[in-house]
Amino acid sequence: MADILLEGRELTKYYPVTKGLLQRVIGYVRAVDGISFTIEHGKTLSLVGESGAGKTTAAKAVLLLERLTSGTILFEGKDVYKFSKSQLKTQYRPRVQSVQQNPWSSMNPRMRVRDIIAEPLVVNTKKTKEEIRSRVLELLDQVGLSPDQADYYPHEFSGGQRQRIAVARALALNPSLVVLDEPVSALDVSIRAQIMNLLKDLQEQYNLSYLVIAHNLATVRFMSHSVAIMYLGQIVEYGEAEALFLKPLHPYTRALISASILTLPEDEDQNVQKIILSGEMPSPLNPPPGCRFHTRCSEAIDICSKVPPEVRTIGTQQVKCHLYDDPGVQSASSK
Amino acid sequence: MLSTMPNIDTKLKLKISGLTRSARIMRAMTFYIPVIILVLLVLTAIFAPWLAPHDPIKVSLLERRLPPAFVEGGSMKYLLGTDSLGRDILSRAIYGARISLSVSLLVIAATAFVGTALGIAAGYLGGRTEAFLMRFTDISMAFPGLVLAMLLSVSIGPGFFTVVLALSILGWAPYARLIRGETLRLRNSDFVAQARINGASAWRIMLIHIFPNVINPLIIVMTMAVGFMILAEAALSYLGIGIPPPDPSWGSMVADGRGDIDRAWWISTFPGILIALVVLSGNFFGDWLRDKMDPRLRQL
Repeated sequence: MADILLEGRELTKYYPVTKGLLQRVIGYVRAVDGISFTIEHGKTLSLVGESGAGKTTAAKAVLLLERLTSGTILFEGKDVYKFSKSQLKTQYRPRVQSVQQNPWSSMNPRMRVRDIIAEPLVVNTKKTKEEIRSRVLELLDQVGLSPDQADYYPHEFSGGQRQRIAVARALALNPSLVVLDEPVSALDVSIRAQIMNLLKDLQEQYNLSYLVIAHNLATVRFMSHSVAIMYLGQIVEYGEAEALFLKPLHPYTRALISASILTLPEDEDQNVQKIILSGEMPSPLNPPPGCRFHTRCSEAIDICSKVPPEVRTIGTQQVKCHLYDDPGVQSASSK
Repeated sequence: MLSTMPNIDTKLKLKISGLTRSARIMRAMTFYIPVIILVLLVLTAIFAPWLAPHDPIKVSLLERRLPPAFVEGGSMKYLLGTDSLGRDILSRAIYGARISLSVSLLVIAATAFVGTALGIAAGYLGGRTEAFLMRFTDISMAFPGLVLAMLLSVSIGPGFFTVVLALSILGWAPYARLIRGETLRLRNSDFVAQARINGASAWRIMLIHIFPNVINPLIIVMTMAVGFMILAEAALSYLGIGIPPPDPSWGSMVADGRGDIDRAWWISTFPGILIALVVLSGNFFGDWLRDKMDPRLRQL
């Protein structure tokens, strides 16, 4: 697999929880607990999970907004944490950009669109004013906005238009990877398809890689090449998007899919049984022993509450579940 | 049918603009009147030697406490009357504008600059910088102001710059507090995170992303401070550690007339009216400026 752009290896992020006047550490919130993933050139990886599953923390780690507790991030085979400050500024930050969830807060309200889009260019390049000006107009055109909108302020746009501006800003430096943190969840349903299509077109045009953070499975299915399902800081199932959606292995994945209106006409099983999960996700401060999902799992067996499951590879999918420990059980529980 | 159309159209326009005619006139007035007052006062201060009919510090004991021209017993020679030493109140008020306005503007500029710079630095950089700067601010706020002013007055002698220095040292801390709070809110905002992803330096973030977004509260506090500073200068002058007599300032004029308020009301009243005018105009002007500077409100 020579085509890997970014690889995360055993990423963990623990937040210390302190108590009292002396800031005594009484425990750790295990926001991200040993996840690994790879993003290929021109492909999309989605991290999916409930709130608190750790997907945003993982994205922040990739953007270097959070320092990981342990683990390595390899960018084109090089350890990002071993980059010097100047290497980061020239080789990493300009090539990894992001589009944030909320287009209402991700732009400085005092700046004109022209300056918002130009910001990465001003900070990272030595382009002249004229070069920047023409690049901004080019970018506006690419995301489907007109050049005369460059002098407006962000509040004069709709949510969809603002998200287009955010995409233009992310593309300004010709990045290799764009982290999309819930890129459409703040938008009206009618606008989502437009933005997703725009993102897909741009991906093809520039061979961009995307790391998508999402909880909406329809978005994920439309955008992704591969998917990682996260639960309580861990990846419970990881694989190619279509295979994973057609034949989800982990009980949690199945519950997620059954809870969303997602089935396409070509899907074999139109009457997927609804699986309703009970209860809340346990606290990441004190995760349950064994399999972290066993407290809510409808198919839990004895071993689940005692031994953490290992990763099993089944077809193109990797799954962390005791149901697949014995190859014989596999066929029985896949439905 | 068709003939009624234009009529509907104009009514609609009024509705769309959101304001009736009289409301728009009111809105324009709240801008023009304060601006005219402030401009006139500044011009008065600049051209005081040409405008004042008398020498503001010339004592004329035979003409003590003469009432204003429009009151019985007054004369056209002293339009606003004279004070307890027979000095012309109009002339003193005109010259007083110089001192009162320049003290308050200088102090506001200095305190706002220092307070904003320290507030943004403390709020954005955090950590030890913040701890140090904020404790420093606390100490400054806890220090008794009058004692400091007296100390300065004794050590470098009373005068214009002593007053400016004393009020500046006393006045910056509230700005630092306010701006730090605003900065803390902005530091965690999405667009600052975005700037960091882009690799913007701390300088750039503080200057381009945070500073323009703290201007609103800053302007409000600055305009409120105009009146406060004039009053503070008056308080210092009253205690004899402000602008030394006989130079007039509005504050010291109000203080001078305090004892005569029952028999010669005009001594305190006219400078008092001027202080009130400046304070009100400053506040209205500040409101207008704030609306103008916020792009979100500009179209309204």
